[in-house]
Amino acid sequence: MMKNQILGASGEEAVMKYVEAKGFTVVDRNWRIKSGEIDLIARTPRGVMTFIEVKSRTSRSFGDPLEAINPEKALRLQKLALAWLVLHGMWGSEYRIDCAGVIFARDGRCEIDYREGVL
Amino acid sequence: MALAKVRTVALLGLVGHQVDVEVDISDGLPGYTLLGLPDTALTESRERVRSALVNSGLPWPNKKVTISLSPAWLPKSGSHYDLPIAIALLIAQGVIPHQLPESTLLMGELGLDGGIRFVRGVLPTLIASLSFGSDCAIVPMSNYREARAVPSIEVHGFDLLPDLVEYLCEGGIRSYEPPEVEESATHSLDLIDVVGQVAARRALEIAAIGGHHLLLIGPPGTGKTMLAERIPSILPALRADESLEVSAIHSVAGSLTQRGVLTRTAPFVAPHHTTTTTAMVGGGSHAVKPGAVSLAHAGVLFIDEAPECASGVLDSLRQPLESGSVTISRAVGTVTYPASFLLVLAANPCPCGKFNGRGKGCTCSSLQIRNYLKKLSGPLLDRIDIRAFVEAPTRVEMASEIQGESSQVVRDRVVAARSIAAERFAGESWSINAKIPSTHLRARFKAEREGMAFLHAELDAERLSARGFHKVLRVAWSIADSAGHARPTRDDVELAYLMREGTFL
Repeated sequence: MMKNQILGASGEEAVMKYVEAKGFTVVDRNWRIKSGEIDLIARTPRGVMTFIEVKSRTSRSFGDPLEAINPEKALRLQKLALAWLVLHGMWGSEYRIDCAGVIFARDGRCEIDYREGVL
Repeated sequence: MALAKVRTVALLGLVGHQVDVEVDISDGLPGYTLLGLPDTALTESRERVRSALVNSGLPWPNKKVTISLSPAWLPKSGSHYDLPIAIALLIAQGVIPHQLPESTLLMGELGLDGGIRFVRGVLPTLIASLSFGSDCAIVPMSNYREARAVPSIEVHGFDLLPDLVEYLCEGGIRSYEPPEVEESATHSLDLIDVVGQVAARRALEIAAIGGHHLLLIGPPGTGKTMLAERIPSILPALRADESLEVSAIHSVAGSLTQRGVLTRTAPFVAPHHTTTTTAMVGGGSHAVKPGAVSLAHAGVLFIDEAPECASGVLDSLRQPLESGSVTISRAVGTVTYPASFLLVLAANPCPCGKFNGRGKGCTCSSLQIRNYLKKLSGPLLDRIDIRAFVEAPTRVEMASEIQGESSQVVRDRVVAARSIAAERFAGESWSINAKIPSTHLRARFKAEREGMAFLHAELDAERLSARGFHKVLRVAWSIADSAGHARPTRDDVELAYLMREGTFL
């Protein structure tokens, strides 16, 4: 379990660097309420609030990391995103949900599959 | 290109509908949506296609995949969409660099290993696709022989998905040979094996000449089944169009490999007496499969122990007997299959089966005997033209070294008599005596004066119904054809009358 948490954390770390390189401003990390957690919240250069779900794996043998996002999970992400906007007084502003699949190779390098506005 | 279109066909009965398999790959979370009223086997195609692609070393798109089978209103069933879906996916991903021409048809089921597996109904599909202007078909190798029976379509058979992909990528032209020479009729059973049975042999021959339905009555072990099984061997070989039609029905039923493509032998179908109505006339929930009556099209439907059949099963034969086809309505649609067959029923003379000759050893009461034969309903029995009693061969017949006639000899006579009939009916919609419409029978196809007088007398004495009157005349025509008479004589009519009653010879 410990191992998976470290994997998840390093995946989120990698994605954060990736979006910062794209010019996003990271607003919040691992924002958690009772009904769930949002991995990464960032603002794009255009000012769109972006909620990012990160999925990390060490191989593709269990399928693509993004396949783990089923309709149930997608619905939860939507609800969490709206909750964040409401709690931060930004209800009604433009937002989107991105997903990132991270594959860590044995040598420590990682491959990021970043998809914008998928939900 | 993230969009691809490949053509295939949905088969409903023997009628084909053109279906376009469209694949769209768009950005988004990995997912797979199949549209266009798929049934369970088709919904499962996702797993087969995915494994087949991955295990063949071909890419599976980790994106949002939408597959549409159009027209969307037509319910689709079966596994033959696997191959078109896989190829469309590969075109959409750019693995196959170009779209396929619209005149190319694809069908096949995929194995998890990337093998291309046998599917049902390839022959009728290709026949149907002729009307859509298809000129090339890609089918499983195991369906290749069947597909080649349609001469004007270029057919390519493949065993493995990677081979097909390589072929499509390179666009190479495989050598295409024209179809082989059609098979002739072959018979493994011969009438020569039947000892004695002069009366039954005669009945069989007349039935074969005119296509008359037959009831064989006899104790167990006297050769009713043996005789019935040999009827295809005395029937003329099927015409090319009949053969194609019969093969198409068997292709839908999945029994074509046993039968052989384009064989000219008339089919022989013998459903067990416990068979259900659905198995007899056809049906099923997903795909409407042809029943025994359609599998016996242009051949013989033999029901042994007919009185043991559930009464509904036998009565379900009445519609196909009248119209020569069956129409089945199910949720997926209404399907019509051809079902024009020669019906042969076999029955014991009584429940214990020993009531023959002097009736020695029969333990049945007269009431039992009456109830037993009463199970064959009146309307059905009325459609039987010839009744024949099959008796155990006598000691003399068993010991005799003189063999009966062979099927070849009888068939030659049947063919000769049928050609006389066909000449007489040139330009009409029917070609055999059993199909002469009754109005024509009373006007243009009367027997000789004395023959008609005999029938009228029987009518007056109420020994003959109106339907019986026509049936006797039709059988009389077959007897006349076999004897070379220009019109049925009084003797021909009398013999036909006795054959109907089962009391001749």
